[in-house]
Amino acid sequence: MMERSLLQRSLPALAISLLIAGTIFLAFVEVGFGEAKVDEKDSVSNRYIANGTEETGSSNLVTSVVVNYRGFDTLGEVTVLFLAATGVGALISMLPDDKKKRKGPAPSLIMAYGGAVTIPLIALFGVYVFLHGHLSPGGGFQGGVIIATAFLLFLIIRPDRSTPHGALSLFESLAGLSFVGLGLIGLAVSGIFLDNVIAGFGNLGDLVSGGLLPLIYIAIGVKVGSELSGVVHSMRGDAP
Amino acid sequence: MNGHELVFYGGIMALLAVGIWAVLSRRNLIKAIMGLAIIETAVNLLLVAVGYVSGRSAPIVGGDTGIGSSPVGGVVDPVPQALVLTAIVISLATTALALVAAIGYYKHTGTLDLKSFSYGRTDEKEVRK
Repeated sequence: MMERSLLQRSLPALAISLLIAGTIFLAFVEVGFGEAKVDEKDSVSNRYIANGTEETGSSNLVTSVVVNYRGFDTLGEVTVLFLAATGVGALISMLPDDKKKRKGPAPSLIMAYGGAVTIPLIALFGVYVFLHGHLSPGGGFQGGVIIATAFLLFLIIRPDRSTPHGALSLFESLAGLSFVGLGLIGLAVSGIFLDNVIAGFGNLGDLVSGGLLPLIYIAIGVKVGSELSGVVHSMRGDAP
Repeated sequence: MNGHELVFYGGIMALLAVGIWAVLSRRNLIKAIMGLAIIETAVNLLLVAVGYVSGRSAPIVGGDTGIGSSPVGGVVDPVPQALVLTAIVISLATTALALVAAIGYYKHTGTLDLKSFSYGRTDEKEVRK
């Protein structure tokens, strides 16, 4: 009886999902894989590829699009993430409290000591990823997520330890303010918000290059890291 | 249609089908949210795959990075990759909010069964399914 109801429930869903996926597949076979779709001289991608390194000073063209050409969108994206973190905190605080405090199992010896060794390394790697956002794959968002992972590991191996929630909020606010402040520099100097006014600073491919891009990515990295740590912290629930 | 399209687009569509199937047929709220996350992954993969151009390298140029030394014609389209970066962040935000809504639903009703949306509370044994 149970098996039959499971099958009955699954078959229409299976048919619908295969229909949707099959239709989209047929559409994308027409598009083709691995072909250059837009090779006109004046397509926006070719413009970014041809002039991206001179105009922004960044080796990583994805970074030049995300932080420079579409920097304003990234500011909006950071705002969305901030709203999500705020929403998570607000919704969690509105939930009814558990009468009994649920305590998870204590971390094992290997977990506790292994975590204590790896947390600093994970955090260091996160800082590396957002410092090199203009040179290598990665950037502020990815580095911030890696730092939040280190924070999550800390919460797992020290469940009873109180966490610096106020410091997290402070870092988050300061990083957000510095992102806007770096944008205002462009507004003041050249009249364009988030304009990379010192793009030619440093040699292409060096750590100190790309003008304002690394500074913006550092701000984004700190902001995303503290924000997602805050999300993890509020999901812990009964925390102070 | 050649082999590449079958492998890449076909694999992505299989992932998409798994995600849609999970959302439609799973009654556990957490599993439905997992299905949403799988759909988001499939869409991100699709965007990156469409931007790929055969024989070109990642959009990182210049300096001593050693790859893609000639920018024009040497690298793939950076715009879909930048778009996917945005999409990943947004999907993370929606997943976090959905999970919090699931936690709240569990705390209010004591179940994660989607059937209880319409038929009131179900008994404990059915919830396991």
